Amino acid sequence: MTSLFEEVTPSSGDDIPTTRVELNLNGERRAANVEPRLLLAHLIRNGFRLTGTHTGCDTTNCGACTVLYDGQPVKSCTMFAVQANGHEVTTVEGMATASELHPVQEGFKDEHGLQCGFCTPGMMLSAKALLDENPNPTEDEVRWALSGNLCRCTGYQNIVKAVLWAAQKMRGEIPGDPDVSADAGEES
Amino acid sequence: MSLDEIKIGGLGASRRRVEDNRFIRGKGNYVDDVVLPGMLHMEILRSPIAHARIRSIDVSGAWAIPGVRLVLTGEMMAARNLAWMPTLSYDTQAVLATDKVRFQGQEVACVIADDPYIAKDGCEAIVVDYEPLPPIVNPTQAMAPGAPLIRDDKVNQNDNVIFDWEVGDRDGTDRAFAEADVVSEIDMHYPRSHPSPIEACGSIADFDRSTSKLTVYMTTQAPHIIRAAVSLVAEIPEHMIRIIAPDLGGGFGNKVPVYPGYVASILASILLERPVKWIEDKSGNLISTGFGRDVYLKGQMALRNDGKILGVRMHTDSDHGAFFSDAQPSKFKIGLMHSAFACYDIPNAHLTARGVYTNKAPGGVAYRCSFRVTEAMYFQERMVQAAADDLGMDQAQFRRVNLVRDDDFPHRTPFGFLTDSGQYEKCLDIGLEAIGYEQFLADKEEAAKRGRLLGIGISTMTEPLGAGNSREYDILGIKMFDSAELRVHMTGKAILRTGAKTQGQGHETTWAQIVAHELGIPADDIVVEEGDTDTAPFGMGTYASRSTPVAGAAVAMVSRKIRAKARKIAAHLLEVSEEDIEWELGRFHVRGAPDRGVTIQECAMAAYSNVPDGLEPGLENNAYYDPPNLTWPFACYIATVEVDPETGVWDVLRVVAVDDCGVRINPMIVEGQIMGGLTEAYAMANMQFITFDEDGNCVGSNYMDYLLPTAWETPGFELHEVVTPCPHHPIGAKGIGECATVGGPAAFVNAVMDALKGTGVRNIDMPLLPDRVHEALTLRHDVSGAPPVKGG
Repeated sequence: MTSLFEEVTPSSGDDIPTTRVELNLNGERRAANVEPRLLLAHLIRNGFRLTGTHTGCDTTNCGACTVLYDGQPVKSCTMFAVQANGHEVTTVEGMATASELHPVQEGFKDEHGLQCGFCTPGMMLSAKALLDENPNPTEDEVRWALSGNLCRCTGYQNIVKAVLWAAQKMRGEIPGDPDVSADAGEES
Repeated sequence: MSLDEIKIGGLGASRRRVEDNRFIRGKGNYVDDVVLPGMLHMEILRSPIAHARIRSIDVSGAWAIPGVRLVLTGEMMAARNLAWMPTLSYDTQAVLATDKVRFQGQEVACVIADDPYIAKDGCEAIVVDYEPLPPIVNPTQAMAPGAPLIRDDKVNQNDNVIFDWEVGDRDGTDRAFAEADVVSEIDMHYPRSHPSPIEACGSIADFDRSTSKLTVYMTTQAPHIIRAAVSLVAEIPEHMIRIIAPDLGGGFGNKVPVYPGYVASILASILLERPVKWIEDKSGNLISTGFGRDVYLKGQMALRNDGKILGVRMHTDSDHGAFFSDAQPSKFKIGLMHSAFACYDIPNAHLTARGVYTNKAPGGVAYRCSFRVTEAMYFQERMVQAAADDLGMDQAQFRRVNLVRDDDFPHRTPFGFLTDSGQYEKCLDIGLEAIGYEQFLADKEEAAKRGRLLGIGISTMTEPLGAGNSREYDILGIKMFDSAELRVHMTGKAILRTGAKTQGQGHETTWAQIVAHELGIPADDIVVEEGDTDTAPFGMGTYASRSTPVAGAAVAMVSRKIRAKARKIAAHLLEVSEEDIEWELGRFHVRGAPDRGVTIQECAMAAYSNVPDGLEPGLENNAYYDPPNLTWPFACYIATVEVDPETGVWDVLRVVAVDDCGVRINPMIVEGQIMGGLTEAYAMANMQFITFDEDGNCVGSNYMDYLLPTAWETPGFELHEVVTPCPHHPIGAKGIGECATVGGPAAFVNAVMDALKGTGVRNIDMPLLPDRVHEALTLRHDVSGAPPVKGG
């Protein structure tokens, strides 16, 4: 967030003082001066330009803005940016390494767990949080864990399959893939 | 020797989606992700009142806030002739209100500022003085004598009626009713619902004074129609407008219309000569943008004692809100409502339809359906079940008696459509077998002895998908066809562009599969682009399940044009005449000498390096496809439920879906579409509706009040398929994206009503909330029909 120049709004005499926020974002230390009312989702999206965190409903219902806050899924549209001070935040951009997708990401692609993709980052982070705590969930446990994330496209069935696929992979079991011969679109 | 079509990602391959590679990394590019240098932010001030005269608007408070760059009001729009804009149904709609506000949530002013927080502060600092007027929240009120006139802005509009329309054979239907043994009647309301993609609407307008070019990033399912509309509304030459629809976070019909926010952001950018971004919040989306449904039905069916349907009468009263902005083919006033009963062999039918203005948000968009087909099929299947019950006949058997038979195609429907293919009874049989129909009936009887209420609901339907043909289907006179452009590069790789616009349907994956099927070029070697009007060929966009029937057909046709040219090149390379060339997937060979051949890739290289005399170089072409008919997929959905008589809560036990959408390009994606559709069907049957209180306040303006099903309550789905190829589509495909949303709701409602059979309750309107079911069960009466159950 260092720059030689930053245009600011002209003073009105009663400017809201800004507060410094320092957090660990996807394993990297980041800092910013923010208005106290700035929402965490907007700091991530507009401040740090990580646009994989989506805002869908503004009322903590849809879960598109879900990020991990010290490992727990939270809805970043209803947290202030200042609340992240001194904490760890993981967004969808922090899931994969340069060369390797997270098994949850692989599972979503393999099981057709997404269509328009808008709910997907939040959905995947909720799934990751579940699997970090419970490596062998039942279908009901997956459905319950994802019940704070809305999807309008898929009907959830393939999302649930994707999470169970990822769980299997994370346990070191190679998930069976009946359509392996059809995977012309698979990445190498 | 021959290529394995599945291995190259051709027709029938459950190819994993190429677009997922960016979405799973958070690298999608939705409108709100686009940032332009110098960009400002716009917020909209909306009316808190459903019907009121505007006495004054004081914007001085907004101007006083540092960082506010512009405040737009209706008066300023009017000075530029932009206060009103045309709708897609030959009506007008206010961009920013000048005289009155006509629904809660109507756009009153816009503030453009350095950041969205300041713009919102600006909206809160505007003072509007409203003089409240009596609100109208349903058709009964709208048509009552002495009702307040909502559209007093329109010359010659003396009441609240928008249209009075009829279709079908009135006399023939009257005769059918005169001959009937039994007449079955039912009144219903298909409640207002909102498509509600998780991503709301938005735009970034960027007017460049130096080039006079306007670029608009926009959440639109139909970028080319928008380009034409913007050109007409804003009086900017069409070639100076570029509409870019980037990734869309769902659409479902909500992103077809032109919205005031788009227009205001464009004017703001022109005035300020800077990019202006408008991102709608969820509440704004739910209370002001295109809703679906809101139709009341009076239905009558003339029946013979043996179960034969002799005729059908339907009358609909539809609530279109304050502006008639339905997105539908121009000549049909209530969309394709008259596609009802297309799967049944019924000699006579007559439909009258009346549409009215109310003080509710405009819309009437096709919410995941082909222009009111959802209402048509819901009414049809509820009428069918009620008729079977009235005759004391088994609901499956009643359908069997009346379904169009396989050898009756082509079949003229009672309202004049031509259906061309299907195996209806086979689909029904597969569905009944899968659910274990006979066993369930026995279980139900057994459970009843212990006071448990089990029910089974069936919904069978064929629906018209894929508008046009262009003879009958146009929007504002623009013919409904679609397009594809294919450029094969010299190394055999290719780029394909179409006039459609994917919103999650997976066009980037499936269109390449069609090209792979036609040309043998591996799907991975083809990139697909859509949504940019400067590069994509003209098309009508994606809605009404029209992409595969129309744009998908254009993809096949342009591929065939490419193959025809490649054949000439192959003949040249193989030094034989064209007639002696044979095609196999991906390769031409000399007839009788299969070893002497050239691949499509070798032909591509030659098109740029070794063209025969008299042939143009290059291997690029386009196709504009005007389908000869709609496509008619068929579906049979069956649900079983258990109703708790103490609470009125009902649980879904099983859902079986049998879909016949012809040839499936990518079975994985087709099944994804069906499951998504079934979920919306379940949602509408169970919880999802937008209603209004008597003051016209929208109840359902956020996701706490507008309930969408989560993973927890959504049932599991069991899918089955039948394949009856479409006889006129180049690869035999039919539309599928909306079938389950259209046909599904009746299966759930029929199941609950079946559980209540014998109680005297004939109908409960959707959504079947526990209190409605409980009321019906306790008081033994219907909870349905007009005037509305509660509120609007």
